[in-house]
Amino acid sequence: MNQILKKTRLATNVTEYVISAPDVARHARPGQFIILRVDEEGERIPFTICDYDAQNGTVTVLVQEVGYSTIKLSQVPEGGNIADFVGPLGNPTDLSEYKNILLIGGGIGAAVIYPQAKALRQKGMPADVIVGARNVELIMYEKEFRAAAKNLYLITDDGTSGMKGFVTDELARLAVKNTYDCVFAVGPMPMMKAVCDLTAKLGLKTIVSMNSIMVDGTGMCGGCRLTCGGKTKYACVDGPEFDGHQIDWNEAINRGRTYREQEAAHKCRLTGEGR
Amino acid sequence: MAFEKKPRNVMPEQAPEVRAHNFEEVALGFTEAQIKDEASRCMHCKNAPCMQGCPVSVNIPDFLAAAARGDFAVAGEIIGKTSSLPAICGRVCPQETQCEKMCLRGKVDGAVAIGQCERFVGDYMLAHKTEKRKPVPTGKRVAVIGSGPAGLTCAAELSNHGVQVTIFEAFHKAGGVLVYGIPEFRLPKALVQSEIEKLCGGGNVEIKLNTVAGKTRTMEEIAHEYDAVFIGSGAGLPMFMNIPGENLNGVYSANEYLTRVNLMKAYLPNSATPVQIGKNVSVIGAGNVAMDAARTALRMGAQTVRIVYRRGREEMPARAEEIHHAEQEGIEFLLLTNPVSFGGENGWVKSMRCVKMALGEPDKSGRRSPAPIAGSEYDVETDMVIVALGTRPNPLIKNSFAALKTNEKGTIVVDEETMQTSVENMYAGGDAVTGAATVILAMGAGRKASKAILEKLGIRT
Repeated sequence: MNQILKKTRLATNVTEYVISAPDVARHARPGQFIILRVDEEGERIPFTICDYDAQNGTVTVLVQEVGYSTIKLSQVPEGGNIADFVGPLGNPTDLSEYKNILLIGGGIGAAVIYPQAKALRQKGMPADVIVGARNVELIMYEKEFRAAAKNLYLITDDGTSGMKGFVTDELARLAVKNTYDCVFAVGPMPMMKAVCDLTAKLGLKTIVSMNSIMVDGTGMCGGCRLTCGGKTKYACVDGPEFDGHQIDWNEAINRGRTYREQEAAHKCRLTGEGR
Repeated sequence: MAFEKKPRNVMPEQAPEVRAHNFEEVALGFTEAQIKDEASRCMHCKNAPCMQGCPVSVNIPDFLAAAARGDFAVAGEIIGKTSSLPAICGRVCPQETQCEKMCLRGKVDGAVAIGQCERFVGDYMLAHKTEKRKPVPTGKRVAVIGSGPAGLTCAAELSNHGVQVTIFEAFHKAGGVLVYGIPEFRLPKALVQSEIEKLCGGGNVEIKLNTVAGKTRTMEEIAHEYDAVFIGSGAGLPMFMNIPGENLNGVYSANEYLTRVNLMKAYLPNSATPVQIGKNVSVIGAGNVAMDAARTALRMGAQTVRIVYRRGREEMPARAEEIHHAEQEGIEFLLLTNPVSFGGENGWVKSMRCVKMALGEPDKSGRRSPAPIAGSEYDVETDMVIVALGTRPNPLIKNSFAALKTNEKGTIVVDEETMQTSVENMYAGGDAVTGAATVILAMGAGRKASKAILEKLGIRT
């Protein structure tokens, strides 16, 4: 059992959870993920760590309520417990060989690049950050990024915050003016694919964090497998970060849709919404 | 030797057409009259060849003698001296290649049904809990990594000698392969739970769930905190064929499929974990895991389930009983056949291209090695594929702890006598050392390591 110490609603369907997990907090590094289960009947769902505090023994995750389990999680009150919480899983991000990094976060994926922005600021080499979302409400961690980033560029589909457009539009503009040696992009798979398509043309090294479907998160099930550089890799133990230009994106996007129908059926059982 | 012939008692089972649609246990167990009768078939051979066939040397003639008298508590005590999980072993041990293979009655009127007698006694012991004598605390603390058969056995032995044991389990439930791999209809999970509760009941075994050794706690921290460490982390990494189309949706590893259904209870209506329901399922491989996956897919509602295996009937590595049960339930066998690619439609697997195989000369393993017959390719329709070609040890611990030596197959290198690894006070056993093997071999290894650990810690056994 792990207690939800703090629960903050950041947008209509997005909640930030600060969860008590001292062992995980003590060992967590930027880029790693956790798996949690809401209750005894719950499924195991992976979330990338957004923040951690070893001293207070807490781990922060950002969850968008998109299906049965994430909605169920949102119904647990602050102070309440969830059944299971395991981590930190996967490999930490290693951006040590790069000097001028551009961080790109899309949707709640922006929260996942926050630990990187913070770490780079602490190293004395703050990075440019692009945060993109559908609208202003879904721009995450703006204040935190303002403090951590060298320059923060906001962009929304509808122009309600920052420029109007997609993260790739901002990326194209910035790439002309700057000499980045690496792009680190996290967000929905179609967004990461679009970024990679563009940076491949620009010859700009790009690292992405894969949010694949998984069960155990320790290499056992192979559900998270993807093709990288023509070889099958597991997002959980070989990743979650990969060279974005080596990934078979169509396959990865397709695999991400495996349970779409069941998920929809399950969600409407909980919310009473029609499909 | 002159004796009256008396055939082996047959264990009652659910009828195949009934059990193919439920997850309840297939074998129903002996009645008290049946086990007494069966146990009395033991001839008490002078040198007990059956015991030589048992990886943990259970005193089989003595426990059968007690069972024949109806003294099941005594029978349980005798088994308990060398085996910690009789209700489990009685169900999943390959007795026909171990104790029962050595039984002299085998050639006459059928080996004594040792496994089924053990199962009865194991169940009796769980139903009639006896107060365990509390061992004198030694003040020593040992960490056990993994709560599968190796880890549980090692923990049981150590705790029986007054050692305080902490088991670290990565999953949210203890039991390892006993809970994620072996299906309910072959090994009821309530029973595994009871065995684990019995183990922890003494008060000196604690299980820490959701703890990935090497991640949630480093191996260095664990080694520092405990007097000794036993690694029983199993062989959990599934192998694939690396053929085109293998990453299509609808292609599972047996590990994933069975974990979703068994551990995550995807077969129950209230489980949040989804699993694909295949209509026309192909299971690649013919070991016990393949049989488990095939029979599970059938129970999940498949119309057709076929085992696809590149060698012949004789070479199938699964237990004869599992193959027999699968056949009875209507699983088809596509033998001397190997998939070479999978075809898809809209990202989902729809077909499988197979090539026919012929058996050549025996290979290193003694099995005749199969070779493809040129030009024999043909397509099989299938909407779900389960790859059950074995597993390798998980490199997670090794990768986080360079001092631990492993060989090229990823298995942990140990001293065969003591099960000690390349690291002082760190021991290992089970599939993590041998590669994928059986529950009983893992238990044997856990037991062997526990002896070495006790000796190392200066505790008299």
